[in-house]
Amino acid sequence: MDVSYLLFILMLSVFLGFELINKVPATLHTPLMSGANAISGITVVGAIALAGSGNADMAQWLGAGAVALASINVVGGYMVTDRMLGFFKKKEG
Amino acid sequence: MDLELIIQLGYVVAAGLFIFGLKMLGSPDTARRGNGISAIGMLVAIVAALLDQGIVQYEFILGGMIAGGIIGAFAARTVAMTSMPEMVALFNGVGGAASGLVGVAALSIADGSFTYITIILSILIGGVTFTGSLVAYGKLSEIIGSGAVTFGGQKFVNGLIVIGILASAVMFVMDPTNTNMLYTVVGLSLLFGIMVVIPIGGADMPVVISLLNSYSGLAACAAGFAVDNNVLIVAGSLVGASGIILTQIMCKAMNRSLSNVLFSGFASVSTTVTEVEGEIKPISVEDAYYVLEAATNVAIIPGYGMAVAQAQHVVKELMELLEANGCEVNYGIHPVAGRMPGHMNVLLAEADVPYDQLLEMDDINPRMESVDVAIVIGANDVVNPAAREVESSPIYGMPVINVADARTVFVLKRSMASGFAGIENPLFYKDNTRMLFGDAKESIGGLVREFS
Repeated sequence: MDVSYLLFILMLSVFLGFELINKVPATLHTPLMSGANAISGITVVGAIALAGSGNADMAQWLGAGAVALASINVVGGYMVTDRMLGFFKKKEG
Repeated sequence: MDLELIIQLGYVVAAGLFIFGLKMLGSPDTARRGNGISAIGMLVAIVAALLDQGIVQYEFILGGMIAGGIIGAFAARTVAMTSMPEMVALFNGVGGAASGLVGVAALSIADGSFTYITIILSILIGGVTFTGSLVAYGKLSEIIGSGAVTFGGQKFVNGLIVIGILASAVMFVMDPTNTNMLYTVVGLSLLFGIMVVIPIGGADMPVVISLLNSYSGLAACAAGFAVDNNVLIVAGSLVGASGIILTQIMCKAMNRSLSNVLFSGFASVSTTVTEVEGEIKPISVEDAYYVLEAATNVAIIPGYGMAVAQAQHVVKELMELLEANGCEVNYGIHPVAGRMPGHMNVLLAEADVPYDQLLEMDDINPRMESVDVAIVIGANDVVNPAAREVESSPIYGMPVINVADARTVFVLKRSMASGFAGIENPLFYKDNTRMLFGDAKESIGGLVREFS
């Protein structure tokens, strides 16, 4: 893909990220962080293509390692965030 | 419709779901659903990636996913809420490592200088995130000492590492067949991650974790450039931006610049000795009970000591007894209380304390004058009046919770040792302060027994 096009996407998403997160209350900082961390496991998508190349070379092994690590990140991150958010309750009545 | 278009549309949908999910994470009512939506986004992205026709062999992928998924799920289910900072540090680390590996593996499909530069970037950021997070994990879990490790010539050594990384990166980009240079970058990045985190002390961990969180996103973003994938760039930069915002909030709450946190341990500035007048007035659990029984408005200010003593559940018991006694109870949470942003809130939420009773510093401070008893549990620097009163104090100017404005202050503390920053706390010597010495969990347990 065109480099300038990728950079364009980068710039827009950074600004969007700043706008989205700016107003999060302090109570939610930990879940926000672990939830965002789970999203950073998106690197699994990049790793999948490399791990499935079928070349049985070093790149494929590295890709498989990356898939495993990123899966820890994705599965663990979303589950622990969900567990934490389950604790947050409003005062009854 | 051809497959490539379907895959790309899948990525677009995934990016949209991430954005929605993050937006909903911003309010306690919708946060859990937001997290679920973002997880669905991840699922869509993974399915789209699996459709890729370049994939001829699924064994490696499935093997990796199953292994990683089991480890992740096990960790997420078993971790105690008091250990969340360590957990997040580790997750940041594996995320960084994954992106670094993607960078190395992308070498097999790379062409053009721009791709080689982005490969170097993803290895560099991923490597620093990986070892930096491991050191942060070690410090948080106290496997290694949590203090700042500084030595003479540290900046010089770090400077050499940076020059080494730059030089080998340039040489690799100019001659990509020279993979030795690439491995040098890998090694130096891993070393650099260790070097940047060891000089940072335990009390500054909220800043470090936020920063590493941001790096793990940026590493994914760089990996996205290396393998030409939009959704990595979008998701990675969203995470990068959110980590940077949290880092800023944490720095502001400590009245320090990011470079001050990163490059100087507290030790180097806290040489001035503050003269404190007055005397320490201890109080027994029984006397504390009589004061609390007569109180109509109580504020509880927790700190890292509450997490260490695992006192959150017994604190909640005390709160219920006080409320049954017709007393209003609120919590004052300092932004950097604990070892990661929002650490106290998660602990108290786990103990069933409703989140609308957890007030931020700016909300509790104006109310402090009408508070009968402020109970400080295992917090020190975040309630230190020296930050407002003593100009020579190293923490002067840091926003603190003004507990001294309350009619009476109880400080629950193990001993008279100073806080993580190693700074004398004049609060302990104020006329309206009473010290309740001992383990926080036992002291509060004693109060609970007096009530019932």
